[in-house]
Amino acid sequence: MARCRPDVSRSCVWALTSAKRMCGVLTLGVALIMAQACTREQTPERAHDPAVPAAPAMAGPRASVALDAEDGQWTMPAKSYSAARFSQLGEITADNVKSLRPAWSFSTSVLRGHEEPPIVVNNTMYVLTPYPNILYALDLTQPGAPKKWQYEPKPESAAQGVACCDVVNRGPSFADGKIVFNTLDNNVVAVDAATGNALWKTKVGDINTGETMTMAPLVVKGKVLVGNSGGEMGVRGWLKALDLASGKLLWTAYSTGPDSEVKIGSRFKAFYPKDRGKDLGVKSWPGEQWKIGGGTVWGWLSYDPQLNLVYYGTANPGPWNPDQRPGDNKWTSSLMARDPDTGDAVWAFQMSPHDLHDYDGVNESILLDVPWKGQTRKALLHPDRNGYVYLMDRSTGEVLSANPFVHITTSRQVNLANGSLEYVSEKEPEIGKVVRDICPASPGGKDWQPSSFSPRTGLVYIPHQNLCEDEEGLEANYIAGTPYVGMNVRMYEGPGGHRGELTAWDPIAARPAWKLTEKYPVWSGTLVTAGDVVFYGTMDGWFKAVDARNGKPLWQYRTGSGIIGQPVTYRGPDGKQYVAVMAGVGGWAGAIVAGNLDPRDSTAALGFAAAMKDLPSDTQKGGTLYVFALP
Amino acid sequence: MRRVFRGSGVLRASALIAITCTSLASLTSCKRETRRLRESPPSATPGGAVRVSSLQPGVAQDTTHARNLYEGNAYAVSEGQRLFNWYNCSGCHANGGGGMGPPLIDDEWIYGAGPEQIYTTIVQGRPNGMPSFAGKVPAQQVWQLVAYVRSLSGLNPASTRSARTEHMMYYPGSQALPMETSPKQAFRPPASEMP
Repeated sequence: MARCRPDVSRSCVWALTSAKRMCGVLTLGVALIMAQACTREQTPERAHDPAVPAAPAMAGPRASVALDAEDGQWTMPAKSYSAARFSQLGEITADNVKSLRPAWSFSTSVLRGHEEPPIVVNNTMYVLTPYPNILYALDLTQPGAPKKWQYEPKPESAAQGVACCDVVNRGPSFADGKIVFNTLDNNVVAVDAATGNALWKTKVGDINTGETMTMAPLVVKGKVLVGNSGGEMGVRGWLKALDLASGKLLWTAYSTGPDSEVKIGSRFKAFYPKDRGKDLGVKSWPGEQWKIGGGTVWGWLSYDPQLNLVYYGTANPGPWNPDQRPGDNKWTSSLMARDPDTGDAVWAFQMSPHDLHDYDGVNESILLDVPWKGQTRKALLHPDRNGYVYLMDRSTGEVLSANPFVHITTSRQVNLANGSLEYVSEKEPEIGKVVRDICPASPGGKDWQPSSFSPRTGLVYIPHQNLCEDEEGLEANYIAGTPYVGMNVRMYEGPGGHRGELTAWDPIAARPAWKLTEKYPVWSGTLVTAGDVVFYGTMDGWFKAVDARNGKPLWQYRTGSGIIGQPVTYRGPDGKQYVAVMAGVGGWAGAIVAGNLDPRDSTAALGFAAAMKDLPSDTQKGGTLYVFALP
Repeated sequence: MRRVFRGSGVLRASALIAITCTSLASLTSCKRETRRLRESPPSATPGGAVRVSSLQPGVAQDTTHARNLYEGNAYAVSEGQRLFNWYNCSGCHANGGGGMGPPLIDDEWIYGAGPEQIYTTIVQGRPNGMPSFAGKVPAQQVWQLVAYVRSLSGLNPASTRSARTEHMMYYPGSQALPMETSPKQAFRPPASEMP
């Protein structure tokens, strides 16, 4: 009977035709139920269409977001190009989520940090593990979702030695019948989604220069956009575009160096004078330091099809010790807007010039349309590691607002007149000097863990940490393929004593609507649904559901390991809504468990272990996928 | 006599050192401060087979560890400490607590704690991320690193461990604070109260 179920994850028309085609015996009754279900869940092109979501969950003017028609699938980590991580599925609601229960689970056989989301396409779930980057395909049409196939890219094991912050991977992407993902040893792989056969494999980096790859590719107009990791290893950051069909390299845009290599040309127009000038990627560095200057691209990309621009952030400059790199160090800790066809930069904005504390700029940019002073602005919302939520005009790079979402001691404010971050000079690290009470700590107000946005509430759900640190600058030696940091760091909890928060951010008022606190950093992504439920996980293994309108806790379930993954939701072949998340503690925050670190050395894991001394007593290693549904 | 010294802290034992240094039996202890300027290290490479497994088929042979002449020499240990930062060992192993690489201050040794085993780990590299430093670091410096790495978990004579550091982070293998017995459950005082 299960096989006869129509595929409701497609459009209803498709589903009904296929039902007719596949199951001649399907009764009219079932078809009617189907049709009814389709009426309920079929959704129009745009979320701000008055039809769905039917009623706003909150009063007043709200931001909105461009969404694809809800097909019940989850084909890329951020769900949509706008990176909203919002599902229009509404079966699971704030009222009934208390009945949510596990449907099935799957062990990945990997013990390191699982930051990736499972993705769901054509009634198949794809699960990608951290190193050794095994890709599993699970058949959702069968009870218990048995494995269809697995693909093992067999990355070089030595790559583990240059991965700064556990051997994580942030997910695969689906496009045109292919699953594409990056391996830790710098291969971009395309696998046939149906058969698991490798279609192409392109090596784009070198572990001997410290490069690894951990980010999730974004596929735009037949191009696979990928970036490197290794900001702690003196790597020069880049974004590359590969042809989805062949794997051939199409263009490379570096984050540092001359304009020709950064792809800054005639179309480039920075909004603020501080970001204008020729060859700033060379001139804002001493000597040839830009060649090992960082600015890696290991975070999130989003895409606006109308403006034809991709948005992404660049990572910290290297080394961490700022005394060794006087200058603004462009284009590190910056947001870039590029044309995906050519790679040309259209605008750039440096959040943290001459970064002092490892404030990477790689966090997600959610593409929102925001009512702003009487007009609707095409905006992007970017919660940065430096502690501010930037709301920017995504056509021009103008900062509309930039307010703190965590306790900040390292800067006074973002000056909206010139876009500059005003540093507090007493908090600047120096060689041989210990500077205390640096907030936010190096992982920032928020690290890689992605936020979500609900057009129903108009709120952004930001998972983040509440940490401060002490720093002591050291002289860093550059030896290719080894760390290039030059900083002793030890972290500890910020004001209030808790280490994690979930902040619901109001982009129009530019302040939190509500906040929840957690014992440990909230290192998982968030998911928000049309049922007005926000899902996230905690590092001690609780998978939680809270009310999107007010943060009221609704449900929780204890998994086998700490959760640092990205929750997703999808509609199964049976028409039911499922919620899935990976458990498996690790990442930078969980390295103390994943790497068996010894916190008597408070500088372990670049200082993070000091803030996580109690985690080993609260959770164990182990990667498992959990899938939940209503009874 | 060696046993007596192993159990004594440097400061507390200074009087004892003064007395025993006068005896012929204590010559080795007085080498603590020796500067080995014209060096003939244990050997350029460890002699015989270096085993990273304690399991040997048939009759067990050659189970003794090589002796590192630097082991009891405070100067060599402190040189090892300098080189540990110089060659970016600290980038992965932090100040012994680990990060990208495993911790060195605990009692878990994936590839063995013997001096010749640590030597070969540094020179050959290991499959899960430890780089090979063959041809990059002179043998003499590798032996100094070996002496320091063993000192981090208290495997060398206490008298040769480094004294209190000037850095933010004290070295757990130093004499700044007593070693703790149950490392991974232990809680330190709040950061602001740390040395």
